[in-house]
Amino acid sequence: MAEKKRTILRTDKLKAFYILEMQGTQKIIKAVNDVDMEIYENEIYGIAGESGCGKTTLLKALFNDIVPPLRLVSGKIYYCINWDKEVDVTTLSPEEKRQLRMEYISYIPQGSMSVLNPVLKLKETYKDFIGSHLSGQSQEEIFELARKQIRVLGLPKNILDVYPHQLSGGMRQRVTIALASLLKPRIMIGDEPTTALDVVVQRGVIQMLKMIQENLKNTIILVTHDMGVHANIADRIGIMYAGKIVEEGSTEQIFGQPLHPYTQFLINSLPKFGDKNMRSSVPGNPPSMADLPAGCPFHPRCPHVKEICRQEMPDFCYPDENHRVACWLVGEGKHG
Amino acid sequence: MDKLLEVNELTKRYSQGNVLTRVTLTAADHVSFYIKPAEIFTLAGESGCGKTTTAKVVLGFEEATSGTIIHNGKLQTRKEKVWITEGVQAIFQDPFSTFNPLRTVDRYFFETVQNLILAVSKQQAIELIDRKLQAVGLSYEEFAGKYPSEFSGGQLQRISIARALLTNPTLLIADEPVSMVDASLRMSIVNLFKKLRDELGVSILYITHDLATAYYVSDRIAIMFRGNIVEMGTVEQVLMNPRHPYSKLLRESIPQADPKKRWTTEITLSELEQEEYLRRGCKFAGRCPDVMEICKGVAPADIYVDDVLVKCHKYSSTQEI
Repeated sequence: MAEKKRTILRTDKLKAFYILEMQGTQKIIKAVNDVDMEIYENEIYGIAGESGCGKTTLLKALFNDIVPPLRLVSGKIYYCINWDKEVDVTTLSPEEKRQLRMEYISYIPQGSMSVLNPVLKLKETYKDFIGSHLSGQSQEEIFELARKQIRVLGLPKNILDVYPHQLSGGMRQRVTIALASLLKPRIMIGDEPTTALDVVVQRGVIQMLKMIQENLKNTIILVTHDMGVHANIADRIGIMYAGKIVEEGSTEQIFGQPLHPYTQFLINSLPKFGDKNMRSSVPGNPPSMADLPAGCPFHPRCPHVKEICRQEMPDFCYPDENHRVACWLVGEGKHG
Repeated sequence: MDKLLEVNELTKRYSQGNVLTRVTLTAADHVSFYIKPAEIFTLAGESGCGKTTTAKVVLGFEEATSGTIIHNGKLQTRKEKVWITEGVQAIFQDPFSTFNPLRTVDRYFFETVQNLILAVSKQQAIELIDRKLQAVGLSYEEFAGKYPSEFSGGQLQRISIARALLTNPTLLIADEPVSMVDASLRMSIVNLFKKLRDELGVSILYITHDLATAYYVSDRIAIMFRGNIVEMGTVEQVLMNPRHPYSKLLRESIPQADPKKRWTTEITLSELEQEEYLRRGCKFAGRCPDVMEICKGVAPADIYVDDVLVKCHKYSSTQEI
């Protein structure tokens, strides 16, 4: 990397908790706990972790969609709008937030089944979508825009005239991605867009995401628990555990020299062809985020646990350029 | 040879549309396979390939249009409810919809025990349940009185396996048991299948689209495509050296956890499932990279190459010689 990459999205000590009041008692779920991240222009950033580790909540926060019971406890989220102006988006008014959505930052949800209105033909969905963002477009112009994009993405031509239930899961997911990329957003956020799809269809969807990214030169933030997908598409990967980023680095670094024991487990638990040796999954279960263990949240499952792990959460140390890891086992004495 | 389950020429047709637009889709087209005792047999393929239909017919949820199912040497018909007593149990895809979210999970266990009179006292029932939970790496204490939402997906899936084990089945039919479970916890389920096969001698019909776990766990595999078994043999032969172009595509499409092994070629996806189902010749002809003229008109026959069944015209010449 010769040139310094420009940051497009940055969070600063972001804490977003679910605060639930039940019969007078308060339950706090620390879903995003002290996350610092910088995401650059023109890259695919992957976030990996088990279900229930706060990935989806982090995405909600990045999408600036923080609604109760999720609350922003502290920290800031900055978007870099118009190339050099950093804006703290948590302070924007609802109307300003709405304007940013889909035009500047768009969201690809997981369940494509529930995204598209089942009783409307897809062209109505397109009309709705474009009409609410680009004012003063005639119906013909809208369909022209939609058709042009459908042609570029290689979807069937007659797709505007069908109902969502007539499409297979993979096709629906591709239509959802097409909608999310229609207004050429600078950032696209995908929440497990390929989970629950077949391998062949998954490959097609990834192929399409890559193509969109190459065409638009924008940023894609992709969440999935499938490390194979990350290896195939991401430029950089952040590993999330119990609401925190525990390791971050380029795809080569993460797969080449994973340093955090959790990352090592994630990679080694995948079965490989030609190797029938016993493989074990990550031992134990993810911790409840309402009741996190003291110290490093991974310590009850960690095979290399030390005394300090039970008491204090390690800070990041930087074993290599652009590679950071929060673990007491790495970088003796260089924490903090 | 000893066969626990034998499926012969199983065909299931569904009709779609109204009187004017009716089309008949053959979801399973003369599917034949067998499962030996203490064996894990995988049925793999993409969604809409007929693997779940096959499982439903084998489980007796649907009646086959034609074909026979022989279990333990006995012909199965849907009317006689032989399945429950004969020890065939099912595990489904989504553990969260297997259990009612408003009921505690242990009630399902006690119900099964009561309905099938597996125990005569509560204490005996708890002992039995605890034994089955131990087999899947859980215990009665950590599960009693809890609701499904208090478990992770992997735990809940293991609980549903424990429930299936209550009747001491000889055959488990697992329909996509790991596709809703995190990749990091998948191995705990798959390892459990291995353990059940090795220690309890349970046979498993493992239905999946995830070839990596299929390779890891199973003994023999059948690849299905649009209602046909296109390739069948031992996992080493089928997955390490796939012969059918569709098996090759499936094998290549598994994302490898290695950034050096990224996909370089582009693929075309099928536009409509129905179109492929109604195709006259080989159903894969529309997407096959090695398509020949004969593929478009004539459906290929089953051909055996080195003990592996392959349904492809590419290999038909080798057999004639």
